[in-house]
Amino acid sequence: MATTMVKPAGWGRLRLDRTRPKRQEIGPLERRRARAGLLFISPWLVGFLLFYLLPMVASAFFSTLSFQLATPDEAEFIGLGNWQRALFNDPNVWRAWIVTLRFAVINLPIGLVVAFGFALLLNSDYLRSRNLFRTLFYAPSVVPFIASTLIFSQILNSQTGWVNRLISFLFGIDATGVDGIRWLDNPTLIPLTYTFIGIWGLGNAILINLAGLQGVPTALYESASIDGAGWWRRMWHITVPMVSPVIFYNLVLGLVGLLQYFLQPFVLNGTSGYPQGATNFYMIYFYKQAFQFAQMGYGATLAWILFFVALAITIVVFGTARSWVYYSAEQT
Amino acid sequence: MNLLVPRRQVTTYDEVTARIKRKRLLMTWGVTTLAVAILSVWLMPLAYAGVTSLKTRSQVADAPILPTEIATFEFEDRKYEVFEVPFDDGDRELALVTRGRETSEFVDPSDPEAGLITWEGRWRTLEPVRSLSLAWGNYPEAWELINFPRLLFWTTFYATVTLFGAVISSAFVAYGFSRFRFRGRGVLFMVLMATIILPPAVTQVPSYAFFSWIGWTGTWLPLIVPQFFANAYNVFLLRQYFFTIPTEMEQAAAGDGAGALRTFFYVILPQSVPALTAVSLFHFFFAWNDFFGPLIYLVSNRDIQPISIGLTFFSGVYDSEPQLIMAASFIPLAIPLVIFFFAQRVFIQGIVITGVDK
Repeated sequence: MATTMVKPAGWGRLRLDRTRPKRQEIGPLERRRARAGLLFISPWLVGFLLFYLLPMVASAFFSTLSFQLATPDEAEFIGLGNWQRALFNDPNVWRAWIVTLRFAVINLPIGLVVAFGFALLLNSDYLRSRNLFRTLFYAPSVVPFIASTLIFSQILNSQTGWVNRLISFLFGIDATGVDGIRWLDNPTLIPLTYTFIGIWGLGNAILINLAGLQGVPTALYESASIDGAGWWRRMWHITVPMVSPVIFYNLVLGLVGLLQYFLQPFVLNGTSGYPQGATNFYMIYFYKQAFQFAQMGYGATLAWILFFVALAITIVVFGTARSWVYYSAEQT
Repeated sequence: MNLLVPRRQVTTYDEVTARIKRKRLLMTWGVTTLAVAILSVWLMPLAYAGVTSLKTRSQVADAPILPTEIATFEFEDRKYEVFEVPFDDGDRELALVTRGRETSEFVDPSDPEAGLITWEGRWRTLEPVRSLSLAWGNYPEAWELINFPRLLFWTTFYATVTLFGAVISSAFVAYGFSRFRFRGRGVLFMVLMATIILPPAVTQVPSYAFFSWIGWTGTWLPLIVPQFFANAYNVFLLRQYFFTIPTEMEQAAAGDGAGALRTFFYVILPQSVPALTAVSLFHFFFAWNDFFGPLIYLVSNRDIQPISIGLTFFSGVYDSEPQLIMAASFIPLAIPLVIFFFAQRVFIQGIVITGVDK
């Protein structure tokens, strides 16, 4: 954020000199330091060129080719043919986006609220042995996704899982039968089911929220209490605005992650999209085209579409940030 | 409340403190109880996995919670199921020998010499006695079927080799970004940070084509080599840490004639052990979890697949044996958990630094 300050006379010139150094003004020592700095970052520079920039350029080029990996000699230039196919002629692309975005719309709010709620609980002054609770709440986050996915899919199994058995026990209905709650087989329930399956992954978001809560100055709460603000008002007018940068960070990372959602549906259903295409997420479709069918040209096109969608959504989210994310002066 | 008694106007100091104390105690109880309740739901899947991994195939369907078996008693060379039988003087656990519509004959497992006991009533209404029976055999069975030593070896191999590469290279880059001035430093750092949001898919297709062209598919090389060129998360975290190290010692080292490389190795790295540990842990967990890369490059070579891929195929094949899948999931789950409990402080600090400072 831009800072304005009163500058003493002469500072402007000094700053100008520093931001635009002329070649001859750099001493031999500075030049050596600059060279050393570039040497230190050279691993990344080389890696960026080799594993980011070059592949990106190649990927853009690939997207203009009809290119099967098995028959590279038959690769031919087809211009925007892949793009036309992906955007207009291939209904699977749109279906995959609908599946992915619907999941994001259901998963994100749940994730943000649960993470914030847990952080509130773990930050409460009334909680005994807070550190133990924090450790135990975080612990499942280090469980490998493959293991947690398999465990949650068993728990949600309509006949033998504990979730349906608990529902049957609590509400006296038969949730386990054929007409019961079929978490993994009912296309309508799939977004909710997969939100459950990934719920252990919230550990990092909880921790970051917690750190945000700890950063809120207690003086704010004290003066608000003296002014007669109750718990709810303090929450909405102090806590939420003060941790909104953290919520924003979680939102952006969550969104980018969800657009690339792959592991859980792949482990449980492969690329079948079971049930009725409800788990045919965009990355699953990309994987199928690019690596199962080895269509390098079309795969690269699908990857670029993912990139542009992610970019567009990120820009929109950053655009809204101005109106709801609060950066206090000291954080500039 | 009795409305006729006027409310006392005066409250003493002691009364106020007592009231506040009472409220505090009540809130403490309430909040802590709530936390315990939520935590038990939160960790319930772990209990489920543990319990299910000790069940037999039929118990998964029949025994709702614990791995229990209907108790049996061997009487005159035949096995009989044990039931809870109500008598006037209380319930007795008896083995059902002859089943009848209105009367059945039982034998007492604790006193079989007494002979048959006749009980009037329908035996179908009786509750069977269940006793715990743990199928520890699931673990060796899963271990054998999935060839765990091999999966573990390759996962650990991948995690440790790339750990060195990623941490050392990132430390170099982070040092370069934190202590040296050079043209375009700001822009380059922005570019580095932007790679976090870049979907890997964009680079994956041509990389795959290239690696398959030079014959690296089916080997670990395409997954290991790129890790030696630093990554944004590690660089960010280490750079934040390097900023907190005072520069006096570096200046002193430089005054003694030490070059930048020497200073880096003998002054900076020894002071950065906590940050290096955090980054190493992150990398270990990342490698343990890594999925998409190993999937596309190692799908054709079963002999060197890591746990994440091995377990995926295993769960597909042994779909109808949930107890084996749970046993197989428990082993890769336990290792990161144990590491986490030993190193939680460093670990948690690292996450907070990356999350809050950004």
